Amino acid sequence: MKQLVKYIVRISFTVGILLIAGCSGSKPDNRAVYLLLDTSGTYTEELQKAQVIINYLLATLDSGDSIAVARIDSGSFSEKDIVAKATFDLRPSTANDQKRLFKQQIDTFVANVKYGSRNTDITGGVVQASDFVNETQAGDKYVLIFSDLEEDLQKGHVRDFPIDVQGINVVALNVTKLRSDNVDPRDYKKRLLAWQDRVEKGGGQWRVLNDLERLERLISYQ
Amino acid sequence: MANELLTVWSDSPATSLVIWAVIAIIIFYLGRKQAHQLFWTTGHSIYATLRTWAFGLSKLEKRLVQRNREILLASGEKAAEKAIEREFTRINNIVKRDLSKYPALHRQISESIEKIEVDYQKSTQVAPLPPAWGEVVETIASLPSNGDPTVVKILSNIKKAVDESHSQILKAYKKSSSESHRLLAGMQPSWRNIDNKLTLVNEKINALDQCSKNIDQQIADYADILHKKDSAVSALGSSALTQFFISGLVLVIAALGGLINFQLIAMPMSEMVGGSSYIGEMKTSDIAALVIILIEIAMGLFLFESLRITNLFPIIGTMDDRMRRRMMIVTFVILTILATIEASLAYMRDLLALDREALQQSLVNTGAAGGVVEAQFRWIPSIGQMIMGFILPFALAFIAIPLESFIHSLRVVIGLIAIGSIRAVRVLLRMVGGFFKHLSKMMIYLFDIFIMLPLSIEQLVKNWQKRKSGSESDIKDTSLEKIN
Repeated sequence: MKQLVKYIVRISFTVGILLIAGCSGSKPDNRAVYLLLDTSGTYTEELQKAQVIINYLLATLDSGDSIAVARIDSGSFSEKDIVAKATFDLRPSTANDQKRLFKQQIDTFVANVKYGSRNTDITGGVVQASDFVNETQAGDKYVLIFSDLEEDLQKGHVRDFPIDVQGINVVALNVTKLRSDNVDPRDYKKRLLAWQDRVEKGGGQWRVLNDLERLERLISYQ
Repeated sequence: MANELLTVWSDSPATSLVIWAVIAIIIFYLGRKQAHQLFWTTGHSIYATLRTWAFGLSKLEKRLVQRNREILLASGEKAAEKAIEREFTRINNIVKRDLSKYPALHRQISESIEKIEVDYQKSTQVAPLPPAWGEVVETIASLPSNGDPTVVKILSNIKKAVDESHSQILKAYKKSSSESHRLLAGMQPSWRNIDNKLTLVNEKINALDQCSKNIDQQIADYADILHKKDSAVSALGSSALTQFFISGLVLVIAALGGLINFQLIAMPMSEMVGGSSYIGEMKTSDIAALVIILIEIAMGLFLFESLRITNLFPIIGTMDDRMRRRMMIVTFVILTILATIEASLAYMRDLLALDREALQQSLVNTGAAGGVVEAQFRWIPSIGQMIMGFILPFALAFIAIPLESFIHSLRVVIGLIAIGSIRAVRVLLRMVGGFFKHLSKMMIYLFDIFIMLPLSIEQLVKNWQKRKSGSESDIKDTSLEKIN
């Protein structure tokens, strides 16, 4: 019997060491997504599409992942603009409950948005978003900008500085064309290029996804 | 470089090539002996080396064959001993259970026989027949009366008395006969009883006889094994292979069962250990599910070990009975607890799937509140999953039996594979060695083909010299003959 106990202790010790060795190489593949919703002017009409994106994100994100949805208004560098945020619990059932609550908050927000903001502070929103996703210490970080990317700053607001989006995937969604773009389509391209340049100089990866039927390209799967 | 070499002797590459060829032929001709030695030595040394290796492998093969034979005989011996022991145990059980009652049975049969004997004795006591004087009276009664009333009266009285006596005796005789019949009829159950008892004894004796025949057969096999007969080794080898494939098949089935079990508990396990933590490249919940299944298998092994069905851990088999019984109870309880946990996890899996389904539906329908979908007969898969979750651990525990067979037969199979591989390598080495030997001969002939021109000239010169020396000797001979 003593010998058996000895064997068991030895095996447990070996398994323990293996487990500890395994733990050291744990995989940090949780994701953090921050979605910026443009609520300026006529873009509020596009919010129904944003709901589809949020629902897709909720269905895709898993336990341990983080999500936040914030609006872009006249001054977006503020926590007040965050509509809903959540880091999903490790237990799948609790995570499902969190997702339900999140969806409810978004539905309420979309239903209550009547008038758009006067100005559009995208840079402030992006800075706020990068702070959020960096705080989560996630393996994959995403900042999704649901906007026409036309920045219209309030007088006195300073936003012409380089943004730090190191290691963050910045994805522009549903970048609609403005009336002026129809007059000169180069304006649209210039706008996109300007944002791409800004993001890439800040150390981030830039992408544009206008076709919302291809949402599977939005974030990586686990 | 090649072009330069082709134009060393002449501007024409063909001429240069011919000159090179001539030079080469001359050099090769001059170095013919050395080249032949080189080819021959190389070929033969490779041949000898490979032959030595093949010889070494042959020795190794023989040793392996011997080892495999010993393993087979040892395992066969052990199995035969076990089988014989089992047969003796069976005989012992029959003797203990049935033949221990034999004295009582013998007494019952003796009593029955005694009773039958007594009844038989009684049944033989028949009433006596009418005495012989009756005939005398009848003779008197048949005498002519000649009308004398006194004589007639006497005679009729005598007749009447005789008739009465006869009817009384007949009555007594009938009574006695019926008593005998009654006694004989009463003997019938006793006969039947004896017959049943003897049939029972016959059955037991037949069973014993069968056991003894089995033992005879097994003793014969055991003797063959002890005498290390080739037939016994061959039978044991084929038996080991059969065991290997059958137990392998059962283990594959068990592995599939384990996989199903894993699928059943991996998802709900994330509710216990979290769904996003990883150990290495694997989810912690998956590892936890795997560990539970492995613990179940380990408990199954210990349970079967303590039941002495398998013999993988001799330390458990040699424990004292009390400790072994304790271990049996503990492992069985742990196995039952794990099975219960699995059943609850399987139920939780169903609930989680339902919840996820409801969430997905609410996310697909934008603006919808979402809720749990109540499908009809939903409880059937839930119950099914729970039952599977409870039964699979016990089913997995039975892995111990095929595992033991697999491990035991694996030794033999590995030995056979090793022997086969060594034999193949040995044959290959011999073939390669032979090939190099022939290659060296071929190279020698090929070399001679390349320098056949100077060789032919050499041959012609040799022949000419031979003829010349021959003719000179002939002249000498003829001159000598003439002198003589």
